[in-house]
Amino acid sequence: MSRIAVSLTVNGEAARVEVEPREHLADLLRGTLLLTGTHIGCEHGVCGACTVEIDGVPARSCITHAGSCDGATVRTIEGFDDDEVMAALREAFSQEHALQCGYCTPGMLVTARDIVLRLPDADEARVREELAGNLCRCTGYRGIVRAVLHVLAARR
Amino acid sequence: MKPAAFAYARPLDWSEALQLVASGARPAAGTQSLGPLLNLRLAQPDMLADLRHLPDYAGVTVTGDAIRIGAGTTHAAIEDGAVPGRTGAIMAGVARRIAYRPVRNRGTIGGSLAHADPAADWVAVMPALGATAIALGPRGERRIALDGFVTGIFETALASDELLRAVEVPVLPDAVGWGHWKFCRKIGEFSKVTACVLAVPGAAPRAVLAALDGPPRVIADASALMADTEAEATRIVSGFPELDDWRRAVAQTALMQAVAAASQP
Ligand SMILES: Cc1cc2nc3c(=O)[nH]c(=O)nc-3n(C[C@H](O)[C@H](O)[C@H](O)COP(=O)(O)OP(=O)(O)OC[C@H]3O[C@@H](n4cnc5c(N)ncnc54)[C@H](O)[C@@H]3O)c2cc1C
Ligand code: FES
Ligand code: FES
Repeated sequence: MSRIAVSLTVNGEAARVEVEPREHLADLLRGTLLLTGTHIGCEHGVCGACTVEIDGVPARSCITHAGSCDGATVRTIEGFDDDEVMAALREAFSQEHALQCGYCTPGMLVTARDIVLRLPDADEARVREELAGNLCRCTGYRGIVRAVLHVLAARR
Repeated sequence: MKPAAFAYARPLDWSEALQLVASGARPAAGTQSLGPLLNLRLAQPDMLADLRHLPDYAGVTVTGDAIRIGAGTTHAAIEDGAVPGRTGAIMAGVARRIAYRPVRNRGTIGGSLAHADPAADWVAVMPALGATAIALGPRGERRIALDGFVTGIFETALASDELLRAVEVPVLPDAVGWGHWKFCRKIGEFSKVTACVLAVPGAAPRAVLAALDGPPRVIADASALMADTEAEATRIVSGFPELDDWRRAVAQTALMQAVAAASQP
């Protein structure tokens, strides 16, 4: 099958790549661009491990085709080093034991940052609702919820 | 890479998109349902036609007493208030409970209706609101009432050479009663039973029972359900003998809960 040219911005840098139309964004990020911080779990949109930012909002990279990202701006977990909210979340995640194996963590952090910025008044029930699309097999979620609530409270 | 190989096209105007679809290309909107189907190889199209760059694909316009919502409008945009007024408030509440925010950021109302999963939220709610689908085909636009748009499991009244262009919903008065109740064991998963009730002052109340493994059941005049709720809910669910007892019991509860919510001032 013929490949298609895709130009996109990933973590602030322009990338010009050739992809197969059936390739999803997570495969492009991990396989071609070697940004392995984005994890793949279910490839059905359910588990949230592959969540990245596309054009400024969180999205599933496993059910978004690389070809559809021509012209898009993508930010993966590797692209948040200088982000103030992400720095606070990283700190809170380690303080609250919000990760163990770390498989869910990149997607969890992208979702958590969206909660902090979009829903500054979120309470615990709302944080749990918003985190429902990111599965964690290790922590039991309590530490993750506490970490997000901690960052929300610190910003009020 | 899990899907079978396919080609990718990005039409930039609607006539090109229609030509691609007429020649067999599968329309792709947010790919939030199509993506999993491709990854499972349940769908193996030769080509995807990516609708996301078509002019006026997303967006909301109000003309008189009708609100036209572009098929490409995302669940997240609706959640964030893209649709105005009481209609918009009802739809925002529904949108917030579809899947998860990262899915809602790409999934579209048009993709959801065209996909016609019996358990999908807009499939239940749009007929309850009295919406109309605007289909676009080689001969122009055609209007299809949402009551009757979904004809079976993953089947709609759209012809194979048509695209869903938009959905039209009525501007509802502030005083309408609205009830929407769905049963999910986990937030964001597909509903096991959904019931909706819309009570517009001066008009017959309308109810929908959905997510029962088939097209939504529309009750165009739900006056009896409003008046004698428990007995009428029992009678309605007895019309689904193929369902397990527990599912019928949840369906009855769904109808009663939706009526109770719609009856609140
Ligand atoms: C984890 C997960 C959980 C979900 N939970 C829910 C839920 O609780 N409730 C719910 O309602 N939905 C749920 N969904 C589905 C989601 O709402 C999808 O966004 C929606 O069903 C499909 O919209 P889409 O824009 O992604 O369409 P796509 O996936 O791109 O397309 C779906 C189908 O419609 C066709 N199509 C798309 N647009 C058009 C058009 N304009 N004209 C003609 N045909 C078209 C495509 O060819 C395809 O067959 C969930 C999805 C995921 C991944
Ligand atoms: S890998 Fe994308 S949601 Fe699970
Ligand atoms: S830390 Fe292991 S899955 Fe979440």
